[in-house]
Amino acid sequence: MSGVSGSILYLDGVSVSFDGFRALNNLSLVLAPGEMRAVIGPNGAGKTTMMDVITGKTRPDSGAVIFRTDTDLTRLDEPAIAALGIGRKFQKPTVFEPLGVHENLLLALAGNRAPRHALFARESAAERMRVEELLDIIRLVEHRHRRAGDLSHGQKQWLEIGMLLAQEPDLLLVDEPVAGMTDAETAETARLLRDINRSKSVVVVEHDMDFVRALDVKVTVLHEGSVLAEGSIDHVSNDPRVVEVYLGR
Amino acid sequence: MMRVSFATLAPPALVLGCAVLLVLGNVVPAASSPFHVPIFAVSLTGKYLAYAILALALDLVWGYVGILSLGHAAFFALGSYAMGMYLMREIGRRGVYGNATLPDFMVFLNWTKLPWYWYGFDHFAFATLMALVVPGLLALVFGFLAFRSRVSGVYLSIITQALTFALLLAFFRNNMGFGGNNGLTDFKDIAGFPLQADSTRNGLLLATALALALAFLLARFVVLSRLGKILIAVRDAESRTRFLGYRPESYKLFVFVLSAVIAGIGGALYVPQVGIINPSEFSPANSIEAVIWVAVGGRGTLTGAIIGAVLVNLGKTYFTSALPDFWLYALGGLFILTTLFLPRGLVRLFEAKPVAALSEVPATKARAA
Amino acid sequence: MRLVLFLIGLVLLPAFARAGDPSNAYSAFASGDYDAMAAAVTELAAAADPHAGAVIAALQAGRLYATEDGALLIRGDDGNYTDLLSGKPVAADEDTVKKIRMNNAVRRAVEAAEGGLQLFAADPATRRAAAETLFKSHDTAALSALTRARAKERDPSVAEAMAEAEAAAIVMSPDAPEAAKLHAVAVIRARGDLEASALLASIPSPTPAVAAAAHNGIVAIQRVLQLWDVAESVFYGLSLGSVLLLAAIGLAITFGVMGVINMAHGEMVMIGAYVTFVVQEIIRAHAPGLFGASVVIAVPLAFIVAGAIGIAIERGLIRFLYGRPLETLLATWGLSLVLQQAVRSIFGPTNRDVGTPSWMSGALPLGGLTITLNRLTIILFALAVFAALMALLRYTSLGLKMRAVTQNRAMAAAMGIRTPWIDALTFGLGSGVAGMAGVALSQIDNVSPNLGQGYIIDSFMVVVFGGVGNLWGTALGALLLGIVNKFLEPFAGAVLGKIAVLVLVILFIQRRPRGLFPLKGRAAEA
Repeated sequence: MSGVSGSILYLDGVSVSFDGFRALNNLSLVLAPGEMRAVIGPNGAGKTTMMDVITGKTRPDSGAVIFRTDTDLTRLDEPAIAALGIGRKFQKPTVFEPLGVHENLLLALAGNRAPRHALFARESAAERMRVEELLDIIRLVEHRHRRAGDLSHGQKQWLEIGMLLAQEPDLLLVDEPVAGMTDAETAETARLLRDINRSKSVVVVEHDMDFVRALDVKVTVLHEGSVLAEGSIDHVSNDPRVVEVYLGR
Repeated sequence: MMRVSFATLAPPALVLGCAVLLVLGNVVPAASSPFHVPIFAVSLTGKYLAYAILALALDLVWGYVGILSLGHAAFFALGSYAMGMYLMREIGRRGVYGNATLPDFMVFLNWTKLPWYWYGFDHFAFATLMALVVPGLLALVFGFLAFRSRVSGVYLSIITQALTFALLLAFFRNNMGFGGNNGLTDFKDIAGFPLQADSTRNGLLLATALALALAFLLARFVVLSRLGKILIAVRDAESRTRFLGYRPESYKLFVFVLSAVIAGIGGALYVPQVGIINPSEFSPANSIEAVIWVAVGGRGTLTGAIIGAVLVNLGKTYFTSALPDFWLYALGGLFILTTLFLPRGLVRLFEAKPVAALSEVPATKARAA
Repeated sequence: MRLVLFLIGLVLLPAFARAGDPSNAYSAFASGDYDAMAAAVTELAAAADPHAGAVIAALQAGRLYATEDGALLIRGDDGNYTDLLSGKPVAADEDTVKKIRMNNAVRRAVEAAEGGLQLFAADPATRRAAAETLFKSHDTAALSALTRARAKERDPSVAEAMAEAEAAAIVMSPDAPEAAKLHAVAVIRARGDLEASALLASIPSPTPAVAAAAHNGIVAIQRVLQLWDVAESVFYGLSLGSVLLLAAIGLAITFGVMGVINMAHGEMVMIGAYVTFVVQEIIRAHAPGLFGASVVIAVPLAFIVAGAIGIAIERGLIRFLYGRPLETLLATWGLSLVLQQAVRSIFGPTNRDVGTPSWMSGALPLGGLTITLNRLTIILFALAVFAALMALLRYTSLGLKMRAVTQNRAMAAAMGIRTPWIDALTFGLGSGVAGMAGVALSQIDNVSPNLGQGYIIDSFMVVVFGGVGNLWGTALGALLLGIVNKFLEPFAGAVLGKIAVLVLVILFIQRRPRGLFPLKGRAAEA
C-alpha cells in the first residue's frame, strides 16, 4: 500500500453497509495528481457508493478518505467537498432542465455560493467569457440559448461535464459518461475526457469496455465492495478472476 | 436582473388600478347612482387582496422551490394576531369593562396585569414590525430545523401542517393570552381612524393593493435574480446543486422566511378589514385552501397566485351565500379537477408558448418504482 | 344500600317475629330519650338481635313509629303499619302514632350499628360493602362485631375486607395492645391504597414502634400507588395508542407501502363509523335482539364499504397521479371535502348516536386499575387487525404480490402480476382497514362528518414517526405516541400535551428524517 503522500485522493479501508449489506468492504484506492483512472465492475460492486463516499453523500462506517494528502473528506458535506474542488457527474445526466444551457453553466461557475450574493449578482464580462469558452469545449456553442431539457441525451451528458469544468475542480468523478450515447458521441467523449485530464485528475466509472480501452489508462476492477484487480486494461482483462466475475467468457 | 417589462409591471398596475377605481366608485357617485360601489364591496376586495398576498407568498415557496407548505396560513394568522393586538390595545377605555390597558377578555379572566408579550403593541409601528418579525422568526426556526435535516417533499408538507395544527390548539387556550376561542375582535379604530368609517375602509383597500403590488415586485425581483434560478435548480435537481457547491438549505431558508414575512403582511392587512381574528385561522384547512388558489391560478407564475386567490374567493363568497351546501362540493371538485386536468393552472392556459422557460411545472414524472 | 337493607329486613321480618325475643331495649325508642336510644341501638346491634335489622333500618328510613302505649310500628310504603315484634298489621293513623326521631348521637349509633349488622347479611357483596364502610369509618365500636363476623366468614375476599376493617378499628382504638396494633398496621399496609395510607397517617398517639411501622407503611403504599398510577397511564396510553394505530394502520399501507398520500383517509374512518350507525339503525328497527352483535356485524361491512370506496378512488383518481405526491395530496384533500359534505347531506351535520353493546360496557377492576371494557376491546381489536394485516402481507399470495409491486414495479409487471389491480386492491385494503377503525372509533368518539379530520394529522404523525414503509414501526410508533401523550397530560393538560407531542414529533423528524425504523440503502431513495 502506497502512502498518502503524493496522492490527490486516498481511500483506505473504507467500509459502508446498508442494513447488513456491505456495499463497500475495506476498499482502498490511491489516485496520483493528474492521473485518470477507470473503475469497472459488475452491478452492485460498489462503484456508485464509492462516489457517494468521496463526495460526502454517504458517510463510511470506517476507513479514511483523504483529499490532497491533508483533508479528511469524511467530516465534510457535499457543498464543502464541492468547494474544495471535487466535481461529480451523475450516472443519469442531471442538468437544470427548465434553465437555458448558458444559465446552467453560469450557475456552475466557481464563485460565491451564498444566497445574499446570488440575489444581487449580475453576469460579469469575465463570467460571460468563461461560459463561452466552456460552450466551445463541450461543443454546445450553437445551443447556448436552448432549454437544457430540450437537449439530446448525449448533449446533456456533455453539458453536465461542462458544468463540472465550470466548477474548476481538481478532481472529477464521472459516472458512466457514455451510457446511451452513439458510437460517434462515445469517441468524442473519450477525446473530451482525455483533454480534461491534461489539467485535472479524473475518475471514470464505466461499463463500456471499448470506451475504457479508448481512454487507455490504469483500470481498477471492483467486486463486492473491494478492489479485485488493478492495472492496465490488458492486464486486468486477462486476469482470470476478473473474467469470471465481470467480463464473462 | 429584473428588466422593466410588461410581465413585471402589468399585474401591480392592474391591482392598483382596480383598487383606485373601486375607491373612486365609492367616493364619487352618489349612493343612489348605479355606478356607486357599496362599502362592503370595497372591504371584500380588500380581503381578497390580503388573501392574494398570502397566495403570492405561498407561490414563492411552492412554485419556485417546490416546498408545499400546508401551514402557510399560520404565518398569515400570526401577522393578523400581531395587528389584532394593536387594535385591541387601541380600544382602550371603550371596551365593555372600560379598562384602559387590559383588553376585555383579560378583565373577564380576572387578569390584573398585561402579559409581557403584549407590551409595545399599543404602538402601531411596533405592531406592524411584529407582524413581519414574528412570522419570519417562526419560519426561520422551523425552516432551519427542517431544511438542515433535509426533510422535504411530502414529509415537509405534513410537518408544516402539524405546525399550524399545534398553533391552532395553542391559540384556543384561554391562558395563552390571545382571547382563546373568541380571538380578538370589537376593534374601534386604527391609528386614530375609525374602522367603521368609509374613508378608513377605502384607505385600507388602497394600502392592501399597494402592499400586494410591492410584494409582487419584490417576489418578481427574487425569482428573476440569479438566486431565483438557483431556486429552480434546487427545486428540480437538489442534489446536483449540492454537488456544485450550493447549500440548498440556505436558499430554501431565505425564501421560506421571505415568504412568511410576506404572508404576515397579508395577515396584518386582513384583520382590520374583516374586524376579527380567531384561532380558526390556524386550521390546516385554511392553509390547504390557500394552496388551491395558487394551483388554480398556476403555480410558479406569481400572477397566477393573485388571480387564483381572487377568483376562488369570489366563488366562495357567492356559493356560501347562494348555495351553502354546494360550496364544499365545489371546493373539493376544484381540488380534484385542477390537479387532474389543469396542473399548470389558468394562467398558462392562455399562454401562447407551450413552454414557459423559467418556471414550468415539471411534466408528469416517471413513476417511482 | 339502606333501602336494600330495609327490604332484607322486611323479608326476614316474619321469621324473626316468630322467634320473638322481646328485649327491654326496645322500650328506649318510645321513651324519647336520645341517649337511651343510642345505647339501645348499640346494644341491639351488638347482641345481633333478630329484630335489630328491622328497627335500625326503619329508624334510618324514618319509618319507625311508636304507639302511645310504647309498641313499635313500622310504616310500609302503602301507609299501613305493622307491629315490629309480631309482624302483624296494625290499624293505626297519624294521630295515634308518633314518629321516632333521631339526634346526631343516635344517627351515629345507627350508622355504626347498620354496618355491624350488614356484616351478617346473606349476600356476600353486602357483607363486603359493610366491611368497607367500617374500614372508612374505622369505628372502634364495631370491633367486636367485626371479630365475630370474620370468624364466621367463609368467603375469603370478604374475610380479607373484614380483617382490614378490624385492623382499622384496632389502630384507632386507644387501648389496643402494641402487638395488635403492629399487626393491624401490617394488614392495612398490605391493603395498599390511598385510604390505607391516610389511615396510617392518622393513628392517634402511636407508640414509637407503631409510628415507625406506620411511616414505613405509608412510604411503601405511596410507592405502590405510584406504580399503579404509572400502570394506569400506560393503560390509557395503550388505549389512545391503539386508537391511533387503528387510524394509522390503513394509512401505513397506502402511504407507507404504496407511497400514496391519501388525505381522504380520515373520511374512510368516518364512513366506517357511519356504517356502524346504519347497521345499528337497521337492527334497532328490525331485530332488536341482535343489538349486541351490531358492532361485530359492522366490522366486515365497514371493511367492504370503505374498501370498495377506496378501490373506486384509486381507479378513478389516484392512478392518474402516481409519481406526483403533492398533487395526490391536493386531489385527495378535495375528495375528503366532497365525502364530508356528502355524508353531511345524507346524515345531517350533527352527531349521530351509536350505542355500545352491553358486553362492551362496564369495567374490570385489576388491582389498582379500572379497565373499561370498551377500551380493552379496542386495544385487542387493534392488535388483532394489525396481526391479521401482517399475516395477510406475509403469507397470502395477494400479500406477496403487493410486496413485489411496491419493491419493484417493473419487475413485478414483467413477472405477470397485474400491477394496476394490485394497486387498486392495496389501496382498497388500506381504506377497508380504515373503515374497520371507524367501527371502533364510533364507540368512543362522536360520529359526525368531521370525525375523520381529527385523526388525519395524528395518523400521518404516527406513520412518519414509525418510519414510512414499516408496519412494525407504525404499531410501535402509535403505542409509543399514545403513551407519551398520556404521560404528558397530567403535567401539561390535554391540549398542551398534544401540542408537546406534535412538537416532539417535529423535532424527532429533524433528528431522524426517516422515522424510528428507516428503510436504508437504495430502496429508501427511490
